[in-house]
Amino acid sequence: MSYFVVKSLKKSYGKSLILKDISFDIDKGQVLSIIGRSGCGKTTLLRSLNYLETIDSGEVYLENELLLSNEFPKKENDIIKKRIHYGLVFQSFNLFPQYTVYQNIELPLKLMEAKREKENLPPLLNRPIEEEIMDLLDKVGLQDKRDSFPSQLSGGQCQRIAIARAMALKPDILCFDEPTSALDPELTGEVLKVILELKEKFHLTMIIVTHEMSFARRISDKVMFMDNGEIVDYGSPEEVFNSTKERTKAFLQSSIL
Amino acid sequence: MKEFGTITLELLNGLASSLFLFVLTLLIALPLGLLMCFCTMSKFKPLSWVSQGIVLVLRGTPLMLQIFVIFYVPGILFNFQWPSMNTGWGWFDATFSTRFIAALVAFGINYAAYFSEIFRGGILSIPKGQFEAGQVLGMTKKEIFFKVILLQMVKRIVPPMGNEIITLVKDTSLANVIAVSELMFRAQQQLNKGLIWPIFYAGLFYFLFNALLTYLLKAVEKKLDYIKV
Repeated sequence: MSYFVVKSLKKSYGKSLILKDISFDIDKGQVLSIIGRSGCGKTTLLRSLNYLETIDSGEVYLENELLLSNEFPKKENDIIKKRIHYGLVFQSFNLFPQYTVYQNIELPLKLMEAKREKENLPPLLNRPIEEEIMDLLDKVGLQDKRDSFPSQLSGGQCQRIAIARAMALKPDILCFDEPTSALDPELTGEVLKVILELKEKFHLTMIIVTHEMSFARRISDKVMFMDNGEIVDYGSPEEVFNSTKERTKAFLQSSIL
Repeated sequence: MKEFGTITLELLNGLASSLFLFVLTLLIALPLGLLMCFCTMSKFKPLSWVSQGIVLVLRGTPLMLQIFVIFYVPGILFNFQWPSMNTGWGWFDATFSTRFIAALVAFGINYAAYFSEIFRGGILSIPKGQFEAGQVLGMTKKEIFFKVILLQMVKRIVPPMGNEIITLVKDTSLANVIAVSELMFRAQQQLNKGLIWPIFYAGLFYFLFNALLTYLLKAVEKKLDYIKV
């Protein structure tokens, strides 16, 4: 079995099926990009994986451990334990405005360490928290902004901080929900560069929902094209971007124009 | 001139009562309002309905009536007497009389109802992404509320909260309907003796205190200015 496996995920809102029958798998260190029109279900898929939505049926496994099924854990703590296998970077960053850059990363880390100590689990970090945070900030190239507030940063910088924060709890899979869609065009480059570095330098396993076609082509090991709640094409970037399927071709053409 | 001095003292004594009522009401109504807000927003529907019903009654009937009911009804129905202070220190015991305690209870729950709606509006105004960011970062609901949402909510509700707080200062005068010897009650006693000016003098006390509060609220607003949402 692959590292990360999604088996026939289904989800509906009322009568409309949002995710029809989603199955795919990725290996450790691979990057999967999900492309498709707005409303095709790609963001819902990502949110479902992150326990922000419930699913109707289907299963998700990480290293043979069942992470998600339609039986949502009752206890908050059990959801948290499954959820933190993922990190999620939002389209709109969602940094906490009352905290500095440093505190934004420190808060979830400290709370998680406190929870682990309470349950007699070993700490997440084996070094001082400050070293860890500065290291994370270094990865996104923003060590000098540690004491700034989010409101003092550009959108691109905010998103880079959000990426550092999402990595703080050492997720197995880092998810991105249209990470550059809220940014001015001239700021998307710096964010995409950071994500590319995460792959090249740190070999993170990532799932990226994106509209940046050339970026998806460059970074991905696998590309998934979704339309109307189902997977139309799934394969290597070459396969998907040279697909002979009509729906894929039509989408790719429209997104280039 | 001697009369001015004694009446000033008399009114200051009433002002102390009013201010105690004001401060203690806030101490009760702020946490109780938050609790009511959580109940109203609860996903457990019966709890939400009960809470909404209570808020409807508390906001839908006159505070003066509520003060009457809370002071008299427990005694009539259950032979229950509101407690009072019994320290033996005369001024203290007189200030915290059974009447004062009954008024405090009425103010506390009445203002909690108003505060709960302000809190609710504040929480609803926070972008959903803030909750979700907390969730995906492994925080519990409680942690998300107290570490992420609360301060952003406070920033947003300072203006409407200021409105209520200033109204409360003046509303404490309603306690005189059950003869709590607060500021307005004492001014009225002078009126009954035929002196009109103490009632305006009392009005000046309310005004000055509210001017001070307005200044403080502005300072709080400024202090929270660094949070840009």
